[in-house]
Amino acid sequence: MTKRVGMEVSVAIGEMVKMADVDVIAAYPITPQTHIVEHLAELVADGELDAEYIPVESEHSAMSACLGSSAAGARTFTATAGQGLELMHEVLYVASAMRFPIVMTVANRALSSPLSVWGDHSDAMAVRDTGWIQIFTENGQEVIDNVICAFRIAEDHNVLLPVMVHLDGFHLSHVIEPMLFPEEEQVKAFLPINDYPLPLNPAKPVAMGDFAPPVIYTEAKWAQEENLRKSKETILAVWDEFAKAFGRRYLPVESYRTEGAKTLLLTMGSFSETAMTVIDKLRDEGQKIGLIRLRLWRPFPFEELRQAVKGVETLIVLDRALSTGGPGGPVCSEIRSALYDMSFRPKIVSFVGGLGGRDITATGFETIIKRGMELARTGSDKEFQIFGVRE
Amino acid sequence: MPKSDNELTWKDLEIGCIVTTPGSAAAYRTGDWRSQKPEYDFSRCIKCGMCQLYCPEGCVKVNTQGYFEADLYHCKGCGICARECPVWVITMKEEA
Repeated sequence: MTKRVGMEVSVAIGEMVKMADVDVIAAYPITPQTHIVEHLAELVADGELDAEYIPVESEHSAMSACLGSSAAGARTFTATAGQGLELMHEVLYVASAMRFPIVMTVANRALSSPLSVWGDHSDAMAVRDTGWIQIFTENGQEVIDNVICAFRIAEDHNVLLPVMVHLDGFHLSHVIEPMLFPEEEQVKAFLPINDYPLPLNPAKPVAMGDFAPPVIYTEAKWAQEENLRKSKETILAVWDEFAKAFGRRYLPVESYRTEGAKTLLLTMGSFSETAMTVIDKLRDEGQKIGLIRLRLWRPFPFEELRQAVKGVETLIVLDRALSTGGPGGPVCSEIRSALYDMSFRPKIVSFVGGLGGRDITATGFETIIKRGMELARTGSDKEFQIFGVRE
Repeated sequence: MPKSDNELTWKDLEIGCIVTTPGSAAAYRTGDWRSQKPEYDFSRCIKCGMCQLYCPEGCVKVNTQGYFEADLYHCKGCGICARECPVWVITMKEEA
């Protein structure tokens, strides 16, 4: 059955993409995503994976090539990070609006300038509104599991949307972790072949990517919105089936030791694991504190989030991105908005930290929690707090 | 009877707004973008077909007398045919 393997997470992604039997990979290497596409290029060159590997000249071209291959009905994968995701930006909107089930892993990286190859969530937040389904992961196992789920979700006929699987650059992409690998047969059984309903086909010509005059654009955008919102049902169903087949369950909002909690910390990505060790310590000291992690970023899990914070007095949100000149943390901004209409909502304290690869240690999280609880009591005239800046 | 664009709801659209009827672009009237239309003095025409080759809209057709003439349902009135004609058959005239 399943094998426990120690492997670099990027290489493991390549192995899982191979198991998913992709037809086309079009990608441009960029730190810290490089090892993912490097490994896939090797697999194709060595004849271990029967797929077309298109070495393009930029990320804009990578995503454009993905549009073409996905339009032809091919199972399509790519990966990028930071500036690469930014260079793809305009094509990302096209992929989702044209309903192409492309799967992309993003090894999250800070954006220039100053130049930084290290991790934070600035790149992910900048593509928030591109219409992609977006899933955040915390460890190697979650990444490879969600790569398989991503293909199944994307290609489902009720969805037909591209999916991004986010993993923290270096903190996840470059670490060697123990992971449970399924057998190829199990993956085959879980992942039926891609059957795109209206592929490019000379025998049945169609026109894709036509322009929409004002009389139709609003209808097209509303159809897209309805579709992305409704995709949550399928995402939940696929995670449910994954749990039955592989024994690991994923949820849009994950809770950790939240029973009877008066204070919650909210995180995304790999830093959640450090946060958990702090929650353990504080719980053992008798504090009523828990952790929630936002796994599904788009479509945003409004209901699950409201449920998760019911009866909570203080919610401390950590963002690893900065909306400059705006609300500070983009995640916290959305959470404030999502909870605003609740009759009893928690006090919300926003922290921004862990930028450009700076670590937040367990002690750091303790400081954030302590300061957050204090600010919830006293209030603050600032929209958000920056964590760890030298004054 | 298919619905007109004005009647289509968001539920009527194909996934990703894919157009499944080939050749539907020909039904789209671009002739009403025009402010000038080509007028012809066929007595000078040598039937070389340069106007047809240069027309960016592909709307120049051969008429029953064998002369090249723009189809005004699609002609946008750009005037390239008038500029390229080697024997000055075509002049662009303001439309009312």
